[in-house]
Amino acid sequence: MNRTVLDLWVGFFVALGIAALLFLALKVGNLSSAHMSETYVLQAKFDNIGGLKVRGPVKSAGVVVGRIADIKFDPASYEAVVTLNVDGRYQFPKDTFASIYTAGLLGEQYVGLDVGGDEKMLQAGDTIAKTQSAVVLEKMISQFLFSKAADGQDKK
Amino acid sequence: MFNPVALIRKLGHATVDRIWRLGFAARFFIAILQHSGTSFRRLPLTLREIYFSGVLSLLIILVSGLFVGLVLGLQGFETLQRYGSTEALGVLVALSLTRELGPVVAALLFASRAGSSVTAEIGLMKATEQLKAMDMMAVNPIARVVAPRFWGGVVAMPLLAAMFSAMGVLGGWLIGVVFIGVDDGAFWSQMQAGVDWRYDVWNGVIKSFVFGIAVSLIAVFEGYDSVPTAEGVSRAITRTVVTSALTILALDFVLTSFMFRGAS
Repeated sequence: MNRTVLDLWVGFFVALGIAALLFLALKVGNLSSAHMSETYVLQAKFDNIGGLKVRGPVKSAGVVVGRIADIKFDPASYEAVVTLNVDGRYQFPKDTFASIYTAGLLGEQYVGLDVGGDEKMLQAGDTIAKTQSAVVLEKMISQFLFSKAADGQDKK
Repeated sequence: MFNPVALIRKLGHATVDRIWRLGFAARFFIAILQHSGTSFRRLPLTLREIYFSGVLSLLIILVSGLFVGLVLGLQGFETLQRYGSTEALGVLVALSLTRELGPVVAALLFASRAGSSVTAEIGLMKATEQLKAMDMMAVNPIARVVAPRFWGGVVAMPLLAAMFSAMGVLGGWLIGVVFIGVDDGAFWSQMQAGVDWRYDVWNGVIKSFVFGIAVSLIAVFEGYDSVPTAEGVSRAITRTVVTSALTILALDFVLTSFMFRGAS
């Protein structure tokens, strides 16, 4: 086979393969939205993290500002210690409130940061003091049932 | 008559034979690596093999990828519909393709399309004593014939697997969004939220690279080791396809258990 035709075909093949890889990384995967080059670490302690997963999103005002890096159990305080990797471009005040929310009714859970009004900012390695645990559906239902039962007794 | 000693001897013979062949294959692999210089110094040799095993496999890989994606789209939609979460179709299609189906099915197709032809070529060269003739002319057949074919396969395999996955995602999109009517934005955004490029896409690429090495090595080894007769070559080709398929599936299990263990 002619050398130039061969080169052309192989070049076409390799270009197509690289295009497919780029498509997978950028359009299918999250490389395009994953350039959080500089991140800093924050920690938060929760009584109950529900179904929170490592690599889940950290959101503030609905915008993804970081990822969950690690989840550990603290044997001293019997709490869950969640380590957050937060985008270095964003700073949060000292009294920021960390809560665990659910996207949709049965969707994935994420850490939401509700910004406070403190002048001082959280530094890398700090622990977020104010947290709110995940809402456990069973607890809510049982509370609702108990209050209903109490209502029924009052009426009698 | 039943003879237990003969039976045990047979078992022992088979075991020793297998281990001997495995050792031969390992030494053959090292010999290929040692004589790889030629395949990169004389690049046209390797380019020709990339053309034969890569470019000529394009059609089967792209068409199979498209159809696998179409079927995943249909079946995934059918199942997800029961849970009212058809928007997750994109994640389902993309994760199954990038993690498993892309590398594995592309490697199986590659073994039957390109691996078998490499075995046939080298086996026939051996049967017609071309390899011996090269040796006589002080041309090392491993450097001149085997190594370029090996490297051609190793280069072509990850690219083909990536194309397979990409075509599959497009196929899933075609069925899900264009024909059934899943929301286009939700399809792509849920996919991007659910597929991590480092964890899912890159691990798939590593898998396909490992499969490329395994399939290419088996193909050139079976050809080189074939009995130099018409029947021997045909048996070698069968062995290439069977051994490749089993090796791919076994390696896939091992790689998956290392890569995706403790998956979130």
